[in-house]
Amino acid sequence: MDVVLEHLGDYATGLRTTLALSLVSFALALLLGFAVATMRVSPVAPLRAAGLAYVETFRNIPLTAFFALAVFGLPKVGIGFSTFFRFAVLVLGTYTGAFVAEAVRSGINTVAAGQAEAARSLGLTFGQTLWNVVLPQALRSVVQPIGSLFIALAKNSAIASAFAVVELTSTFDQLTEREAATLPLLVGTALAYLSITVPAGLLTGAVERRVAFKR
Amino acid sequence: MSSVLYDELGPRGRRRVRVASAAAYVVIAVLVLVALDKLGDKGQLEARRWKNLGNTELLEFLAKGLWQNVKAAIVAMALALVLATFLALGRLSRARPVRWASGFVVETFRALPQLLFILAAAIVLPRYGYELPLFVYVVVGLTVYQGAVLAEIFRAGILSLDRGQSEAAYAVGLTYRQAMALVVVPQAVRRMLPSIVSQLVTLFKDTSLGYAIGYEEMVRRGRFASVQFGESLLQIALLVAVTFVLINMTLSRLARRLEQRQGSRYGGGTTTVAGVEDLTALDVSTTTGRP
Repeated sequence: MDVVLEHLGDYATGLRTTLALSLVSFALALLLGFAVATMRVSPVAPLRAAGLAYVETFRNIPLTAFFALAVFGLPKVGIGFSTFFRFAVLVLGTYTGAFVAEAVRSGINTVAAGQAEAARSLGLTFGQTLWNVVLPQALRSVVQPIGSLFIALAKNSAIASAFAVVELTSTFDQLTEREAATLPLLVGTALAYLSITVPAGLLTGAVERRVAFKR
Repeated sequence: MSSVLYDELGPRGRRRVRVASAAAYVVIAVLVLVALDKLGDKGQLEARRWKNLGNTELLEFLAKGLWQNVKAAIVAMALALVLATFLALGRLSRARPVRWASGFVVETFRALPQLLFILAAAIVLPRYGYELPLFVYVVVGLTVYQGAVLAEIFRAGILSLDRGQSEAAYAVGLTYRQAMALVVVPQAVRRMLPSIVSQLVTLFKDTSLGYAIGYEEMVRRGRFASVQFGESLLQIALLVAVTFVLINMTLSRLARRLEQRQGSRYGGGTTTVAGVEDLTALDVSTTTGRP
């Protein structure tokens, strides 16, 4: 494992990029996900349809194909970013957003019908019912799935390595070209990923236990 | 159309929804127009760029790439199912070391990126003298990771089965092995079928990760093709993306239909892994159908 310790600096840089990429993309995914989930349960038909189209498209596209489309295709229509990192954020955020939307929507479905009925009988509007009564309760049941989505996003961010973002996986790729001992380098990379995914899993569990309640 | 969130609308509500719908249509139309305008601005709507998509040579070239995806998916799925069976039974084994080792493998592998497995196969295996076709690296990488994920799905399926099933099997004199092989596993597999099909969608998507090691699957071939047909780069990329979306949508629909069929057969007690399993990392076992 000496070879890993020797390149600790490289690993740290890669880890930092993977972490930054995951966190920024996740923020975008949450934003998109909640907006689309709201659209999908709204009484306005075209919004529901648009939300459904978004979810179905991005849930079914392979990330690699999406990356290729964005990185090579967008500049063709005059949309370009100064760094590949930003392309990666756009792609990972939009992709994960579709899954967040589905998680939130299924969370909304777990809230007892009586809650929304009570809210409406008090005269709350659709927006008030959703944002003040239903969503706060739905959030508690989606902590676990959304936490898993963050972990999945962190893992998926590895694909950015094939599109010129220097993160953990590309660090591994580059180091294997310089060093003969590939297996220790692989273990080092795995440990670096685990240092993101394991704490994220533990944090999710802790938050869930805090907000859990009996129905 | 009514839902829990809003009542059957009165005249005022209907008017408001109509106004909102009109506004939404306008916004969507504006977005589409802006997109078309951008495309038109850069000459991306010109017929010559789209005409290439009718080029049979190009289509055949891409179709052969797609076949590489399908081939990798089929082989990897078959192998992953076998691996998953061993891992799942290992985790439920009565021997503690076996249980512990399988648990370690499943939990670690599921927490790592799928791409890392493919890359590792392509980099590490040749170092130890195994120079193999790229196809093999892709399949190895997919099998190892998906096997671990499927193992958790299997385990959830086995655990979801009523204890009475195995108890009855023991009562008629079957051994642990017989009870597992003849009574528990066949029922568990049937219950988990929708989740297995959903996982197939993920696996199929992930075959395109072969792109990263130069495996000539459809996305990589799309890149090659756009060198030859430079003017149609965007059009080819769109064609590739749409093809994948359509195939996966069909598979997802199949999974959903299986789920509904099982729902009516087994009532509320079915085990389904909630709708996000493609991305689920660590919680497959916790999202079983129990409340």
